[in-house]
Amino acid sequence: MKTKKWVTVLLIVMFALTVAGCGGSDKKEPVKDMKKPYAGQTIRVLFANHPWAEAIKPLLAEFEKETGITVKAESYSEKNLSDKLTVELATGSSTIDVYMSRPLQEAKLFAKNKWAADLKPFITDPSKTPADWDWNDNKKSAIAAVTVNGVIVSSPIVGEWSTLYYRKDLFEKAGLKPPATLEELEAAAKKLNDPANGVAGFVARGNRGAAVTQFSPFLYSFGADFIKDGKVAFDTPEGMEAFKFYGRILKNYGPPGVTNMSWEQAIVVFSSGKAAMWIDAAVFAGQVTDKTKSQVADQVGFAVFPAGPKGSKPYDAVAWGLGISSQSKSKDASWEFIKWANSKSMMKKMLAAGIPVTRNSAWADKEATSKYPPGFADVAQKSGAIAVPYDRPVMTAVGEARDAIGTIIVKAIETGGAEDLTPVIKEQAKIVNDLLSKE
Amino acid sequence: MKSFIEKNVRWLFPLPGALFILAMMVFPVLYTFWVSLTDWSLASGREAHFIGLKNFEVLIMDARFYNALKLTIYFTGLAVGVETVLGVGIAILLNREFRGKNTFKTILLLPMVATPVAIGLCWTLFYEPTVGLANYTLRQFGLPAIKWLADQTTVIPSLALVDIWEWTPMIALIVMAGLAALPAEPFEAAVVDGATSWQVFRHVTLPLLAPTILVAVVLRSIDAFKTFDIIYTMTNGGPGYASETMNIYAYTLGFQYFRFGAASSALVALLALVLGSSLIVLYLRRRWEV
Repeated sequence: MKTKKWVTVLLIVMFALTVAGCGGSDKKEPVKDMKKPYAGQTIRVLFANHPWAEAIKPLLAEFEKETGITVKAESYSEKNLSDKLTVELATGSSTIDVYMSRPLQEAKLFAKNKWAADLKPFITDPSKTPADWDWNDNKKSAIAAVTVNGVIVSSPIVGEWSTLYYRKDLFEKAGLKPPATLEELEAAAKKLNDPANGVAGFVARGNRGAAVTQFSPFLYSFGADFIKDGKVAFDTPEGMEAFKFYGRILKNYGPPGVTNMSWEQAIVVFSSGKAAMWIDAAVFAGQVTDKTKSQVADQVGFAVFPAGPKGSKPYDAVAWGLGISSQSKSKDASWEFIKWANSKSMMKKMLAAGIPVTRNSAWADKEATSKYPPGFADVAQKSGAIAVPYDRPVMTAVGEARDAIGTIIVKAIETGGAEDLTPVIKEQAKIVNDLLSKE
Repeated sequence: MKSFIEKNVRWLFPLPGALFILAMMVFPVLYTFWVSLTDWSLASGREAHFIGLKNFEVLIMDARFYNALKLTIYFTGLAVGVETVLGVGIAILLNREFRGKNTFKTILLLPMVATPVAIGLCWTLFYEPTVGLANYTLRQFGLPAIKWLADQTTVIPSLALVDIWEWTPMIALIVMAGLAALPAEPFEAAVVDGATSWQVFRHVTLPLLAPTILVAVVLRSIDAFKTFDIIYTMTNGGPGYASETMNIYAYTLGFQYFRFGAASSALVALLALVLGSSLIVLYLRRRWEV
């Protein structure tokens, strides 16, 4: 029975140590450095796998040195990040401090559930944020997108607009000019479509929910919209024409398997030389012109979204923002991080690295835009002037609404736009209308 | 203290196990039941309310639910059917002595130990219609290319193929264990009576193996019924909803639409189906053995 006694003693000692460990923390006050008020704190930052995150991660050490704050970075794919945030924040005991999120997709949801800390007090407090940091230097549409009922849910970082990527060599060989209208787009896609050699005329997203944002400029340019006055607005004759057009060009001149494609697949198709044209967010410009990532890096041209019956209406929307979790225990340190990431100088650096940031001052800087591929900054400017500030139905249940609209897109692609889409549009419009009525 | 432990040892020893099961299995199931009776939805931002069986009423009117149910049964039937035939065949082939038997067995087991998500990502690349290995191979043999995951009609067979590749070894393994435990006498008697090898297989091996095969099929079916990882990584339910099985649907309801009440009701329905069919199989088995 000697062993048993020993075990008891050991347990008591261990218990005592644990208790002591809890209570007896080092009472010494750390010497506060006035320039580094949050030194020693650690913040947990959740990134998406996104070009901006890739560009800023190597610079995190600078921030850590400057402020003494330690950044624990985690990265997830876009979809996994959304899931992770929702699950962790819904439990009410999350240790997330700062996170990337998509304001148009999630701002309303995060505001409704009070997961996001309001950034307004940080922005307006001169002791925390100097006036020359200049919140209003961010694009107006971006500020509007991150503000829900007066609460600033996140700080905008990256903007996105739809752009047409095309292969200059193929266009030259065929004697074509980049399409200015959707009619010309279809004609060019037809002419350049070469399935025997594995080159598609045109590629874009066909994956149910993911396709919706890139389909949006087609919808707008045909004269329809997602929502108008709190009701579905894509169930019009113009809307149907847009769905049919999108389905037709992707079915007839798209690569095989397009209904499974989001940008991850489409960018591979385009940058491996398997498609002549691609319409998607401009944020991928850096990647498709990067020789280490793209086989057609030298041959990529950029064009403004081609005009439809109602003109050219690309979207130009805020794609990503940085928010602070309302459950964070280091909100001030977190704000230091956001302030740094969204500062004029950092945004300029990011723009120079090929990231379309949301600060006007960065875009006005000639040096920051000088490294862009020829034609890109010009297209950016022209698109910005005519753009619609959102690329999806802006509501709380965005995910569900996107799936409903995506169902019509998939159907349109499968039928090649040749069949009447009235039944499926009606059915899906009802789903979205029901969701809207519950908002 | 000592006498207390000794008196109650039969309660104390299983206690950690019981607590674990209670916390990790019983509680989640009961909690899911409870949530399935509420309208808990993050998209509304409101508190959850008890709404009785409303979620189930919506569910039985939901076309996507039936689509998911049909696809789940299709996927499970196809995958487990082929796995059983192949698995039993492989087990019988391996049930003899030959050189390199152990090496072969080890190689056979490799798919089972690989990580499902990694398997999903690799097969997605194989299946890529333009640059993937699968169509490249078909072209080498002069066969027409297939769209694999990108076509509504081929997506489930393509997914089932991955499941078959991954899990046939498990059926083979169970059946091999069953074969090793069979008595030798019936086989000797059949050979003495002049039975052909097919007759021996059909009338001696199979009936003796039936209980083992049944166990393997039930285990595999339960697993296949709730397959999530490979479908999530490979198609996430697409194209359209052509590979949206029950688990994927429930996941979408929960984590994409944030309707936890509705998602729980779909999961409760799934649980009832798995439990129900398992009970039926076990009941039939008992009847067969009588």
